[in-house]
Amino acid sequence: MYDITGYHEAHSLADVFAVIRTDPHARIVAGGTDVLVKNRAEAATYAEVALIGIREIPELQGIRLEVDGTISIGALCSFDEIEHDPIIRQHMGLLAQAVSLVGGPQTRHMGTIGGNICNAGPGADSSPSLLAYNAVLEIQSPTGTRHLPIRDLFTGPSQTVLKPGDVVVRINVAQADYQGYVGYYTKFARRNALDIANQSCAALIKVNDQQEIQDLRIAFGASAPTPVRAPHAEAYAQGKTISADVLKAIGTACLKDTKTHSGRNSKAFRDHLVTVLPGRNIMTALKGDE
Amino acid sequence: MDKKKIVGHSEERWDAIAKVKGQANYTGDFSFKHLLHAKILRSTIAHGYVKSYDIAEAAQMPGVIKIFLPEDLPHHLYSTAGHPWNLDPAKRDIEDRTMLTRHVHVYGDDIALVVARTELQAKKAMLKIKVEYDEYPVYLTPEAAMAPDAMRIHPERENAFASSEVGFGDVKQSLKDADYVIARHLTTPVQQHLHLENQIAVAYQSSDQRWTCISSTQIPHICRRIVAQANGIDWSQVRVKKPFIGGGFGNKQEIIIEPLVVALSRALGGRPVQIALTREETIAYTRTRHAISYDMKIGVNQDGHLTAIDCDVLSNQGGYASHGHAVGGKGGTFINALYRADSLRFSAKTVYTNIATAGAMRGYGMPQVIFALESIIDDAADKIGMDPIKFRQINHQPDGFYNQLGQTKQRDFLIEQCLVKGRAAFHWDEKLAASQAYKTGVKRRGVGIAAFSFGTAVWPFGLETSSARLFALPDGTFKLQVGATEIGQGADTALAQMAAETLGVPFKSVIRDVMTDTDLDPYDTGAYASRQTYIGGVAVKKAAEEMKQKILKRAETEFKVQLEHMDIVDGNIVYRADGDLVTTVKDMAMQSYYDWDTAGSMETYSSINVHHNSYGSGCSLAEVEVDIETGQVKLLSLMNVHDSGKIINPLLASGQVDGGMAMSAAYGLNEELLYNKAGKPLNNNMLDYKLPTAMDLPDLEGVFVESQDPLGPYGNKALGENPDVSPAPAIRNAVKNAIGVGIDKIPLTPELVYNQYQAAQKAAKGDL
Repeated sequence: MYDITGYHEAHSLADVFAVIRTDPHARIVAGGTDVLVKNRAEAATYAEVALIGIREIPELQGIRLEVDGTISIGALCSFDEIEHDPIIRQHMGLLAQAVSLVGGPQTRHMGTIGGNICNAGPGADSSPSLLAYNAVLEIQSPTGTRHLPIRDLFTGPSQTVLKPGDVVVRINVAQADYQGYVGYYTKFARRNALDIANQSCAALIKVNDQQEIQDLRIAFGASAPTPVRAPHAEAYAQGKTISADVLKAIGTACLKDTKTHSGRNSKAFRDHLVTVLPGRNIMTALKGDE
Repeated sequence: MDKKKIVGHSEERWDAIAKVKGQANYTGDFSFKHLLHAKILRSTIAHGYVKSYDIAEAAQMPGVIKIFLPEDLPHHLYSTAGHPWNLDPAKRDIEDRTMLTRHVHVYGDDIALVVARTELQAKKAMLKIKVEYDEYPVYLTPEAAMAPDAMRIHPERENAFASSEVGFGDVKQSLKDADYVIARHLTTPVQQHLHLENQIAVAYQSSDQRWTCISSTQIPHICRRIVAQANGIDWSQVRVKKPFIGGGFGNKQEIIIEPLVVALSRALGGRPVQIALTREETIAYTRTRHAISYDMKIGVNQDGHLTAIDCDVLSNQGGYASHGHAVGGKGGTFINALYRADSLRFSAKTVYTNIATAGAMRGYGMPQVIFALESIIDDAADKIGMDPIKFRQINHQPDGFYNQLGQTKQRDFLIEQCLVKGRAAFHWDEKLAASQAYKTGVKRRGVGIAAFSFGTAVWPFGLETSSARLFALPDGTFKLQVGATEIGQGADTALAQMAAETLGVPFKSVIRDVMTDTDLDPYDTGAYASRQTYIGGVAVKKAAEEMKQKILKRAETEFKVQLEHMDIVDGNIVYRADGDLVTTVKDMAMQSYYDWDTAGSMETYSSINVHHNSYGSGCSLAEVEVDIETGQVKLLSLMNVHDSGKIINPLLASGQVDGGMAMSAAYGLNEELLYNKAGKPLNNNMLDYKLPTAMDLPDLEGVFVESQDPLGPYGNKALGENPDVSPAPAIRNAVKNAIGVGIDKIPLTPELVYNQYQAAQKAAKGDL
């Protein structure tokens, strides 16, 4: 049973801030695919609260290609919208692929990318890709606007640096962070739909004609308390020519940045996946056939 | 004159339109004035005793009507198992529970009840109850519960509370005589039913001062008995109504919440009280499929001859006896039904532990024993280098074999035809040859097979009775009343087809009940054991044959055409010889109501007791691709072949087959209810319990080896459970064929497959 004490429909960010001023415990809800589930489960701070609906706020909507080449994604964009958006499909194929694997069709139509980020699940499907694209969040609060690299957002499972009153409005990716890259995302889950990742890995890579790595970005989900990049492996890869040995070394180097523990799978098996998935993603991305 | 065949035709299920239009009322759809809602307070330990409750704060919560502790409800011992009552006390289900308890046997045991005006109020008040426990050691496995120093979970009896041994011959000698002995320790997981509609029941005092319980149950008549026993009232004082049901798979062959709602209504002046379990409660705190382990040995000669099958079984019962040893002790009969060996020994123990109580679940012990049997049989075929299908062909029992363990002659036992048809239809040889191209590299392919046998209904182990009633309505249609229970599987449609076929009227002329009601519907034990078309079918056939005679008799009297010259075809009464019309069923029915001289409505009733059984059989064939780097198994194709006699309704039958195959495929690959060391369930939700989605299954192919069973009322025998038996071992054997490692445990999770493959590689290197 849901345990909701009230509902406010906000039509502007000012509306949101006004409600939060009078009711600091009120929860922002976008698609409800996390908030309502937690409310029903009587999760602390999610149940016995009022909800603030933000779906009508214009600033949080739509996907744009700015004049400087920046791709700007509204926080309210659903996974389905992102998956099928022509700008995303052309320039950020890794993200389109990753969000196509969220839950099932219903969740992808309701769930939003902003919610996915703010919910801060260690295995959130959009997070590894956004980390790889060096996404920057535009955050508005009653005191103004600030920009935060997504790398600095997560502090722990379901925890972020966001404060009550902070609203993630847009997710921006600069041209230099997507142009010339190819990528691939592996969601390692027990089901092919309606599942969350037991572990996930995104690889975004740029190579020259000699198959030398110009830039490599690897990010993991559910391989540490938060989604993480693998800077050691990325640094190692710089300038290397792709070979089985190099891919293996990249995988091994990833263990320096992941921090797995036994849970749904044992630590040993999860660490094994950390070493295997990046190389497989790189090869699939470069083949471009999946 | 050709009779229109209704049996064997895919008639549209009679309730399809109502379900699509949302007109089909399920238990939760009924509304009541002043309905009260109850929530069960569940223990947060798995074994112990409740020392004290503090309900002061909870009692003050908004909307609370009353909080019930164990002392506040009747204390009659009862069993939740939905078996027919047994007049012999020694053969009854073990009565080891009361409605609420301070003695905690499982995590989530029912230790108190909160009744409030709304469900949310009941839940919020429940969360405010404080409980103090004495904690006892927790036993998760039969081995732990059988340790010499283990305390008794139920003081009245040992933890290993039941055992049995069946067989023939001298297995020790036969094993010695064998060219090879293969030994395996095979284990199966706790599976849960995940029926779409959770358990829900509502009870109230009706105007006749009796107690009505509307419930989502597979067994209305048995439900009446258990509710009465648990409450200590006369059986006649309970009326059970079963509306539309969203599935059960055996979990609703248990009477779990119905005694509680009746007890609460009785304690609250007859007000209606509802309990609706959540999905989380249903998965963790109702019933499960028994986790069973098998220490199996088989002796095999180089020529393929089986010398011995030897099996020691440990069945994990969980905290209450429920269906008890009936599940784990099953197996010897059906191993014997399937394979010939010089000797057989099947020795089984059922053991209390502190995990969730196991009970009836589709297949009732067969998925477990067939996983074990068909794994080791396949390994034996490998050992002697024989084609696994051929190995089964030279060892299976012949048609007409008398199975002394089941006291049943296996008439029309068509496993041979299944194996032959499966090999061809699945393109086994082509797929096996194609898999040779995938024996190196990261992705490895293989094919596997598993066979099975299956009993229909429960005779000779249990009573098999049923009854049916037919009324002719004035317009020539018929009302069919049965106690057999529609739970979504289509039983009502199949039984209506049978009645129409025998009467000689169109399918649409038979009107079914929208509700099974113990006050109105004749006695039948309910939906379980794939019994209803077989046993219920006998009752329906008999009532319909008598009705047909009544109609023809009336026509004979009216038209002076001798009865034996007439037949009923498509609602018309015709000359048998050429089909010329004599009169219509409608005219005779109208006359039976209103003819001045001869009126007297036409009703028939049958009640039957069946002492025979028909064994079905079949096989599954699977093709898989295994990723040896990640351990992931992709199911490329899966086929079931069934020997289930005459198929009454091919469309409904294919639904049963698809569903059973999906359930078993996931049993082999993914599904498992997990516990922490304290016995707390870890994955009792639909995210963490890995029920398969459509994206996880290939196109499921079902094939029938159709025949006329000589004893089935319409040539039919079991089908409802059969499809859920052999896919898991076929997948296990296909994985073995792909990677060369036979894994003795399911589900075949990626980590398990990866680790077993790595271990086998290391062992192989060590050998070099």
